[in-house]
Amino acid sequence: MRQSVRFFLSDQLIELSHLDSNMTLLDFLREERQRCGTKEGCAEGDCGACTVTIVELNDGQISCKAVNSCIVFVASLDGKQVLTVEDLKSSDGVLHPVQQAMVDLHGSQCGFCTPGFIMSLFALYYSEENPSFESINDALIGNLCRCTGYRPILDAARAAVDTRPAHHWDQAMVNIKERLEQLHDGEDVELIQNAGSYFIPRNLKALLDLKAKYPKSFLLAGGTDLGLYVTKRKMHLQTIIQVTEVPELSDVIIDSDFIRIGAAVTYSEALEKLSTHYPSFCDMLLRLGSRQIRNLGTIGGNLVNASPIGDSPPSLVALGARVVISSQSGDREMPLDEFFLDYRKTALKPEEILKTIIVPRLGQTYFRTYKLSKRFDQDISSVCGAYYLKLNGERVADIRICYGGMAATPRRAYGAEAFLRSKNWHKDTVESAMLELAKDYQPMNDFRGSAEYRSLASQNLLLRFYLESMGEVGPGGVLDYGN
Amino acid sequence: MAIEFRGGMGSAIAHDSAHKHVSGEAIYLDDIPNPAGLLHGQIVMSTKAHAKILSIDATEALALDGVIAIYTAKDIIGHNDAAPIFSNEPVLAEEIVEYVGMPLAVIVADSFKLASKAALMVKVEYEDLEPILSIQEALKKESFVAADHTLRLGDAKAAIEKSQHNLKGHYTIGGQDHFYLEGQIAMAVPEEDKDLLVYSSTQHPSEVQALVAEFMNFDLHKVTVEVRRMGGGFGGKETQPAIMACCAGLAAHCLGQPVKIRVCRDDDMIMTGKRHNFEVDYEVGFDDKGVIQGVKMQLASQCGNVADLSTSILDRALFHADNCYNLKNAELHGLPCKTNTVSNTAFRGFGGPQGMIVIEHIIDEISRCLKIDSLEVRRRNLYGKETDNITPYHQKVEDNIAPEILDQLEKTSDYQKRRREVDQFNVQNEFFKKGLAISPVKFGISFTTSFLNQAGALVHVYKDGSIHLNHGGTEMGQGLFIKVAQVVAQEFQVDVERVKITATTTAKVPNTSATAASSGTDLNGKAAQAAARQIRQRLVQFAAQYFEVEAQEIKFDNNQVILGDKTLSFAEFIDLAYHNRVSLSSTGFYSTPKIFYDREKASGRPFFYYAYGACVSEVILDTLTGEYRFLRADILHDVGHSINPAIDLGQVEGAFIQGLGWLTMEELWWDQQGQLKTHAPSTYKIPTCRDIPLDLRVELMPEVSNQEDTIYRSKAVGEPPFMLAISGWLAIKDAIAAIGNGNISVPLNCPATPEHVLMTIQKMRS
Repeated sequence: MRQSVRFFLSDQLIELSHLDSNMTLLDFLREERQRCGTKEGCAEGDCGACTVTIVELNDGQISCKAVNSCIVFVASLDGKQVLTVEDLKSSDGVLHPVQQAMVDLHGSQCGFCTPGFIMSLFALYYSEENPSFESINDALIGNLCRCTGYRPILDAARAAVDTRPAHHWDQAMVNIKERLEQLHDGEDVELIQNAGSYFIPRNLKALLDLKAKYPKSFLLAGGTDLGLYVTKRKMHLQTIIQVTEVPELSDVIIDSDFIRIGAAVTYSEALEKLSTHYPSFCDMLLRLGSRQIRNLGTIGGNLVNASPIGDSPPSLVALGARVVISSQSGDREMPLDEFFLDYRKTALKPEEILKTIIVPRLGQTYFRTYKLSKRFDQDISSVCGAYYLKLNGERVADIRICYGGMAATPRRAYGAEAFLRSKNWHKDTVESAMLELAKDYQPMNDFRGSAEYRSLASQNLLLRFYLESMGEVGPGGVLDYGN
Repeated sequence: MAIEFRGGMGSAIAHDSAHKHVSGEAIYLDDIPNPAGLLHGQIVMSTKAHAKILSIDATEALALDGVIAIYTAKDIIGHNDAAPIFSNEPVLAEEIVEYVGMPLAVIVADSFKLASKAALMVKVEYEDLEPILSIQEALKKESFVAADHTLRLGDAKAAIEKSQHNLKGHYTIGGQDHFYLEGQIAMAVPEEDKDLLVYSSTQHPSEVQALVAEFMNFDLHKVTVEVRRMGGGFGGKETQPAIMACCAGLAAHCLGQPVKIRVCRDDDMIMTGKRHNFEVDYEVGFDDKGVIQGVKMQLASQCGNVADLSTSILDRALFHADNCYNLKNAELHGLPCKTNTVSNTAFRGFGGPQGMIVIEHIIDEISRCLKIDSLEVRRRNLYGKETDNITPYHQKVEDNIAPEILDQLEKTSDYQKRRREVDQFNVQNEFFKKGLAISPVKFGISFTTSFLNQAGALVHVYKDGSIHLNHGGTEMGQGLFIKVAQVVAQEFQVDVERVKITATTTAKVPNTSATAASSGTDLNGKAAQAAARQIRQRLVQFAAQYFEVEAQEIKFDNNQVILGDKTLSFAEFIDLAYHNRVSLSSTGFYSTPKIFYDREKASGRPFFYYAYGACVSEVILDTLTGEYRFLRADILHDVGHSINPAIDLGQVEGAFIQGLGWLTMEELWWDQQGQLKTHAPSTYKIPTCRDIPLDLRVELMPEVSNQEDTIYRSKAVGEPPFMLAISGWLAIKDAIAAIGNGNISVPLNCPATPEHVLMTIQKMRS
């Protein structure tokens, strides 16, 4: 057991045995370390101005990740290295290639978002050799710029990764591995303080014991939701248990019939491991948050917050996923759609945790998910529809339809499903089912969409699913054009 | 061949702070190391749209350890008024709150976090009053912040009645949040004699100075305002920073300690004004060829609780409701509506975009009505060169290059061929439709309040030949500082690195106008040039005497001074001048000539000149979902003789994408109680890098000059290209029209979110 958290800030070892467990990395950088290059633009992980690069050791390999420092708790950096915009220039003043390209190609105007862009590009530079146009876009959609219109930034990104001139960071990045290995002592972390306690258990038993002991504690996975409790709702989280170091929660196990996803698997890891198995689900995940958010946020977190507009629940429900819930008294399992009880309410009891999501493999079925939002990327759904279809010849052998944004929880369209089951998969049947959908939901009016729009869009998405299953429209919608 | 000095007129050098931007070394206000004893203020905001304040109780907040003080309107020493044009626009609410988010009090604590927490603990009791939350309600109740204004040309009513065709319509234009990445912030530091040094993220230091002084009952000389750079402004930091600066100044004065007020993103978006939304009614008469005979428009803008700059913004909307077109007979009526919502303010284009989109919408409707391609209808209505060039405010358009720009862009964008391809695609595809549209821009340059068109600069040449430059303009990313430095480098023919760019401060250049109306380089470039020329003149006079050469034989050339047959380096020459007691410092002043506007008669020449541009946009639309994507945009834009083509290109592209945001995804959404529900980037969506056209081709118009004597015959560039985005919105309309036969009216408002697009499609199908 260790009573401190240890991490590197640049090449300086920081060991903290007393710290404000609710302090964000951004505040730590700006207020405690006077590293003011990293900016606050929104304090909710949506603008990217606060982006820093975190280097961590995963299975003996280092990985370089851009994250939003405004919603990362300092304590969660245990065992990692943080790099900020101040760290990139070499001691003789030579800019890193991503910095130099941004200067040469006029990628900054007011400059306030620039450090965030630099750190997103820096993380990309050391995680992908030759990124595609789409990958550069994926790396940058979490960074908002209000001045340039992005074209020069995209050009700078392209120029930097294409030319890759030598820089001292190429070697320095390699050296980080050894440094991080020395930090990894396998010890659980326990900071018990009146002002707020913080725990990092490293096995399931330790986690379940802590949860039993502190049933009111907050479980921290990515913090992409929990961070906002502090920065937006001005809450104080008295006890935090970080779950990301528990191996049972961090694995993806693929067997012949099922894929078992640990609840603390991040979206980025899920994308890497699931894309061949559930391509449509992964296309949608690419539109969930930004790369910074996907590097932190977890599939389990997206389920336990039980938001009616979470993006992964409709897919997982339609796929027929089950969840495994653990506590000191053992495991219990239930279908995911029964896990959601009401608006932001789940079946979890205070001493329980969500351990695993079990998803059936697809086999010979159609599965598609569609997300509608005001902005294509990094926006929350107005409507998200997921469709699972098994045909026997032309006949619907099985169908599951689930929508987000249409009710207080992600909810299946039981009426439309029942209507379609055993009928022939024809356009006129689907058009009748669209009318059934209107009976399944009474959506609400809010700033993400009017009830009228949500109803119409949910029906049209079912039609789109039909058209796509018949090959009449492509899978990417408007994205299929112009590339 | 001699090596040319670096960074003169026309060179595409990088922004002066580019190295600092990319390495995190550029210092924004919140990065300034905390002065000793710094306290943090937060603003307590109204939670009601319209109510009487019964009591403000901060007992619980003040009981927290580290919470120091609270100040309300009662504590204001001087005059509680932030009005830039009119009066009676309180910084802190007195008896009545008039919008959700209206500042009520400032609470001070020893940390930012504590101040934020304390602000939420202040208890306010209200007595509800009836709010007016929309333009429609305001029109019905005749609730206005100021008098209406009408532009008249010929007899619109008669012309419409006599026309072969006429159309009527109603149209809604959304507002827009600035979403500068750096939020509003100010820090006030008390100094000797209780003077105040105020750091403010503002486009208008002189006004912050004046308003803080008024708030404190100080003479202006007791307040100094400084700003090195802003993290974006876009008009949002023209009048709004006064709130933070006044509150910080008051608290710092009362406590005798420095006070910083940084508002968080949500508070910023709730508390401060935005682009005005408009409701428009129009009636147009035209002939068989689509030539407009007369137009009547009523433009009603949502001003919010007070006037702020709303009347000037509405004027500019009216001044741009013609765009490039000869309306012949026009009656353009503007109504500034008072509502219980945040007071809307300046935003890039300053009403121009809202006026311009109306006429572009009308032309689009005419072309669909007559089944004539809209480019052709546009062309038939363009202002003439020598005749047919009188605007509805009676200014003659003397520099019209819209026809050339459209012709050139039609060719370079392959418009006609793509028009046919798009039409063919739409015949072949049931669910996906393409849209294509071209639209021109003509934007008037000058503050329409003529006296604002003045600027000052201060140039020092130190005895080592290095130069210190200061002027009244502020840097918000637009590259003003480097462009003005290039002017000074050009005047002395020295490397631009020799010119040190310094923070804007009211202590160096007084009585400045806002860096706004795209005028920064025009005004401050000329003022800096005047300062540099005065010094140069003194130097020439000195050298002529000293070296006994004719003045015309003295040349400043490539970091050197040529004196007949003798050549000195610039530094050697300056050292010599210093030792011979030549004054090496000068102010410079500029005021724009020719302009005037008689508001009574709605007539005059409000603009020194016009900047032009045009854009072709192509879009693909999913008619099942309303989602769309811009496939290509071609832009040709006129910046006259560019001082810095890289900076100018950045302005064109950035403005275009910001304009696309306004017209597509940026939606401000208020609930029934007048609460803004889209007040952070999680709910208010500005474009990301994936939202820009896949194929973006932007060119500056080559070989054009400004007919008027502007700085090196360049043209202003900040705002005009914003309106190029209208072509993107027209392309969406074009794609929607394709679900019919393409020749029907498309009742699309803006912003064209996927929801509004889908609902428009639905409306047209049913």
